[in-house]
Amino acid sequence: MSEEKKYTTVSIPVPLYNKVKDNIRETGFTSVSDYVTYVLRELMAESKGEAKDEFSKEDEEKVKERLRSLGYLD
Amino acid sequence: MFLVKPHGGEITESLASFSEREGLCAEAREMPQAALDENLLKDVENLAYGVFSPLQGFMGRAELEGVLEHMRLPSDLPWTIPILLPVDEKLDVKEGDSVALTFNGSPVAIMEISEKYSFPKEEIASRTFGTADPAHPGVKGVMEGSGTFIGGKVELIAEPRGEFEKYALRPKETRILFREKGWRQVVGFQTRNVPHIGHEYVQKTALTFVDGLFINPVIGKKKPGDFRDEVILDTYDALIRNYYLKDRAVMAILKTRMRYAGPREAVFHAIVRKNFGCTHFIVGRDHAGVGSYYGPYEAQDIFEQFPDLGITPLFFRSFSYCNKCGSIVNEKICPHPKEFHRNFSGTRMRESLSKGEKPEGMMRDEVFEVIKKYEKPFVE
Repeated sequence: MSEEKKYTTVSIPVPLYNKVKDNIRETGFTSVSDYVTYVLRELMAESKGEAKDEFSKEDEEKVKERLRSLGYLD
Repeated sequence: MFLVKPHGGEITESLASFSEREGLCAEAREMPQAALDENLLKDVENLAYGVFSPLQGFMGRAELEGVLEHMRLPSDLPWTIPILLPVDEKLDVKEGDSVALTFNGSPVAIMEISEKYSFPKEEIASRTFGTADPAHPGVKGVMEGSGTFIGGKVELIAEPRGEFEKYALRPKETRILFREKGWRQVVGFQTRNVPHIGHEYVQKTALTFVDGLFINPVIGKKKPGDFRDEVILDTYDALIRNYYLKDRAVMAILKTRMRYAGPREAVFHAIVRKNFGCTHFIVGRDHAGVGSYYGPYEAQDIFEQFPDLGITPLFFRSFSYCNKCGSIVNEKICPHPKEFHRNFSGTRMRESLSKGEKPEGMMRDEVFEVIKKYEKPFVE
C-alpha cells in the first residue's frame, strides 16, 4: 500500500493547531496529527453506539433450544 | 435489550446452508486443495462463526501490512494479530480461483482467493512478537511455516466436531445467552490455567461492577507445562458450581492456539471477547506472555493506543494474600509490607500439583480434587 493512500490532510485553524501543539508537550503524543487522530478515533468509536438485535425469530429459537439443551438456559 | 456492537459493526458468519453442503463438498473435491493443520482449522472455524469479525477470511498483503505496521486493518479498525494461511509456494492458484481447505483429507471450507503473495517471515515474527528469537514459541511457529500465503474469504461447508462441543458457543449464541440472562454489561476472562483463589478474586471483583462474568478458556495448542484443556474445563466447572451464582457466570471455550504475543495478543483477546458480547475484559500481569520477552504491564499499556477499541479493559496489576488483612488484596488496598504477603505463584502451584499436593492457601478443595483425578494434568 502506498503512503499517499494511507494519509490525507485535514485543515484546522492555526490558533487551534498551536494550542494543541502546546498542550501535547511532554505527553506521549509526538505530533498534532497523532493527537488529532487519537481524538477522532475515540469520538468515532463512541458514535457507533450499541448493537440492535440482529436475529430472525426462527434463528433465535434454534439458538435458545441449543442453549437449553447444553444447560446454559433453564 | 441492546448489546455491545461487534467489532466492525456486525457478526460476519460465513457458513454454507445445510442443503448446499453435500453439493459443495463434492465440488470442493475437484478444486485445488490446501491442507489445514489443527491450528488453521480453528482459525477457519473462527472466521466462519464470526469470532474474528469483521474478518471473513485469511488476510491479504494490505491487511497484513496494516496489522504489522499500525496494528490496524485497512479500514482503520484495531487489529493486532496476523490471521494468515501459509501454503506451499508451488500451490498453483491465482486471484479469483476457489480452493478447498481440507482437514485430514476432507474438505471443510472453500476459499475464494483474492491474492497469493510472499512476505518475509522474519518481519511477520519480529513485528508480531517483538522479538526474532527462535526460542520464542510464536516466532518458532512462524519460521517453521511457509513464507507464501493466500488471502481471501472462506465459507465453511462442513462443521468440524471437536472435543468439548458442549462448551463451544458462537458469538451469535453468546449474545443471545447474555441477553436472555438480562446481562447488559459483561466482563470477559481469558485463561489458559486452572483457577486459583487469586483468579477468583479478580473475577469476582470485576463481576461486582457488571451484570455477568464470561469465563472463556483458550482451547488449543499450548506449550509443554501448561495445563491440559480438559483439566482447565473440569476445574472451572467445579469452581462455578460451588462458588458462583448460576445466573452471574457462564463458561464457553475459545478454540484457538496461544500465540504468546503478549501485548498484541491481549488486544486481540479483547476484540474476540467484544465479538462474543463482552463490554469489559480483564487484563492481568504479563497477559499472553511467555518467558521474559515482555514487561509485566506491557499488555496493559498497549491499550492506550486504542481509544476506539469498543471494549473496556480492566487492569489488575498484582494481588496476593495478606496475613495481616486476612484476605486477598491488591497494591491499592493493602498498606502492609511484603513479609505479610503470600503470592499466587504459578510455578509454586505447579510444583505442588506435580507432587500431588494441594498448593496451600491457593486453591479451592473442589478444584484440587478435580486435578487429583488426572494422572497427567500438564501438556507434555
